[in-house]
Amino acid sequence: MNRQQAQRIAFAMLWLAAVLTILVLAVIIVYILGQGLPHLSLGFLLEWPHAQGREGGIFPTIIGTLALGALSLVLAVPLGVGAAIFLTEYTRPSPLTSIMRFGTDSLAGVPSIIFGLFGFIFFVTRLGMGWSLLAGALTLALMVLPTIIRTSEEAIRAVPMAFREVSYGLGASRWQMVRTVVLPNALPGIITGIILSFGRAVGETAAVIFTAGTALNLPSSLFAPTRTMATHFYILAIEGISLPKAYATGAVLIITILIINVVANALITRSVLRAVRR
Amino acid sequence: MKERLIGYLLLVCALVSILSLGLITFFIFEAGLPLIFKVGLRNFLFNATWYPSGKPPQFGIAAMIVGSIWVTLGAILVGVPLGLAVAILLAEIAPPALVMLVRPVIQLLAGIPSVIYGFIGLTILAPLVRQLFGGPGLSVLTAALVLAIMILPSIISISEDALRAVPRTYRDGALALGATRWQTIWRVLVPAARSGIVASVILGMGRALGETMAVIMMLGNALQLPRSPLDSATTLTSNIGLEMAYASGDHRSALFATGVVLFLFIMVLNILANALTGQLVFWQRRVSIWRAAVNFWRRNGLVRDRRAP
Repeated sequence: MNRQQAQRIAFAMLWLAAVLTILVLAVIIVYILGQGLPHLSLGFLLEWPHAQGREGGIFPTIIGTLALGALSLVLAVPLGVGAAIFLTEYTRPSPLTSIMRFGTDSLAGVPSIIFGLFGFIFFVTRLGMGWSLLAGALTLALMVLPTIIRTSEEAIRAVPMAFREVSYGLGASRWQMVRTVVLPNALPGIITGIILSFGRAVGETAAVIFTAGTALNLPSSLFAPTRTMATHFYILAIEGISLPKAYATGAVLIITILIINVVANALITRSVLRAVRR
Repeated sequence: MKERLIGYLLLVCALVSILSLGLITFFIFEAGLPLIFKVGLRNFLFNATWYPSGKPPQFGIAAMIVGSIWVTLGAILVGVPLGLAVAILLAEIAPPALVMLVRPVIQLLAGIPSVIYGFIGLTILAPLVRQLFGGPGLSVLTAALVLAIMILPSIISISEDALRAVPRTYRDGALALGATRWQTIWRVLVPAARSGIVASVILGMGRALGETMAVIMMLGNALQLPRSPLDSATTLTSNIGLEMAYASGDHRSALFATGVVLFLFIMVLNILANALTGQLVFWQRRVSIWRAAVNFWRRNGLVRDRRAP
């Protein structure tokens, strides 16, 4: 075998790997949607579940998912964007910033089950929140914090230095410069990070089960337990309550994630265009 | 005055992640360590009998450690060649338009909830494995195959970054010496990007080791030492996930102690990966998608870049 043949074979294998990867994704999506869509209807989205979800819809879990996702972002976004502003605009690389970075990166690598254990022992038990929307949202907020910090940092760094110089030249203070020049220009990137974080919050199960509970009801207050779509899907599937309902719930989950990713990608492309045209 | 106040406020924001890492460490250890001391570290780690309701109760996690190692190594064995191949393709061979097509696919793979992966393993792969190879179907093999897919995004994105970071001159030099493109890739670029690729493997290991819900759904959850890839097993994570719901007293502490062991494993992997890349690596793609997109538009002259010289 000469080296040209070796190259042909090697490249064929690489293409095969890529095709396989795309194929796997296609199989997952087509399978879940194919099995789930026939059981999906407007009623399924808007009705209350009966008999642990064997009958009826998933309305409360949709509300639970949205509430939990939104609340965790409300908690995480100011902290994450604030941290990103500090790391990019308010400090130089120093031992302190490398400690902060170590914290962020390690937090990104901590498995969700550990977050679940922590949320349970700290928020649920020690702080006495019980299984609740708030405990779940606080735990999720810590989980998505690294993503928000990193994407915001990158977006802020992409704002041209000249913008800052002009702003300073006009006599703006540092915070005025950040607020009126840096943040508006970095906004699309920051929002992309937020949207992807919401996706992570929607799909999370391990951490949510131990902190927000599995109660099948509308979260009436911050201290009420709730059940998310992902948790509901897990319980339907693993306890064998109803396979058709599980497929339908899975389809709703997949569609949600698809929408989130499409929106995020559209934003990336659009803001890249804007950033480069400048 | 206001300026300084805002500065301090932002400093506090930036400290939150390291503080919460500290809090997590403290509370997990506080809840788990007493039991490890009570049972004895050696007994806890090397006893394969987990029987929390026995008299006296037995808390040995050896079977779960072995289960975790099997599943993680299996995922790496399948996931690394596949991921590395895709990374090489994206970094070196595929035209930019294809790269822009494949990248969202990988981002989507990363975004699919782990319960969905577990469900796919449970409903598609497990019956297939049972028919083809025998055994219960819910097995180490099934879990490892699905986990291999789940860790692909981490492996692909970090390896691709590492490959792209190899200086242009390496490529040009090898090609000028008459090497084929494949020889250049395999003998020059991959070795040059070695540390980044190894880091991606380590972070992939961390993901596989830490995955919980998908593993619960696919592994059969038998409390035994797996003897073949077709056996059911339990991992550190799946045992915590299954038993936390009803555990109390020493049993609950033992689950936290399992969490301590898992946490230590993960932190060692994180620190290793960091040391390897020389900088702290973020295991998800997000950031690089942005950078790559900018480069793509620029390269193709779709937009003019006034900042370029």
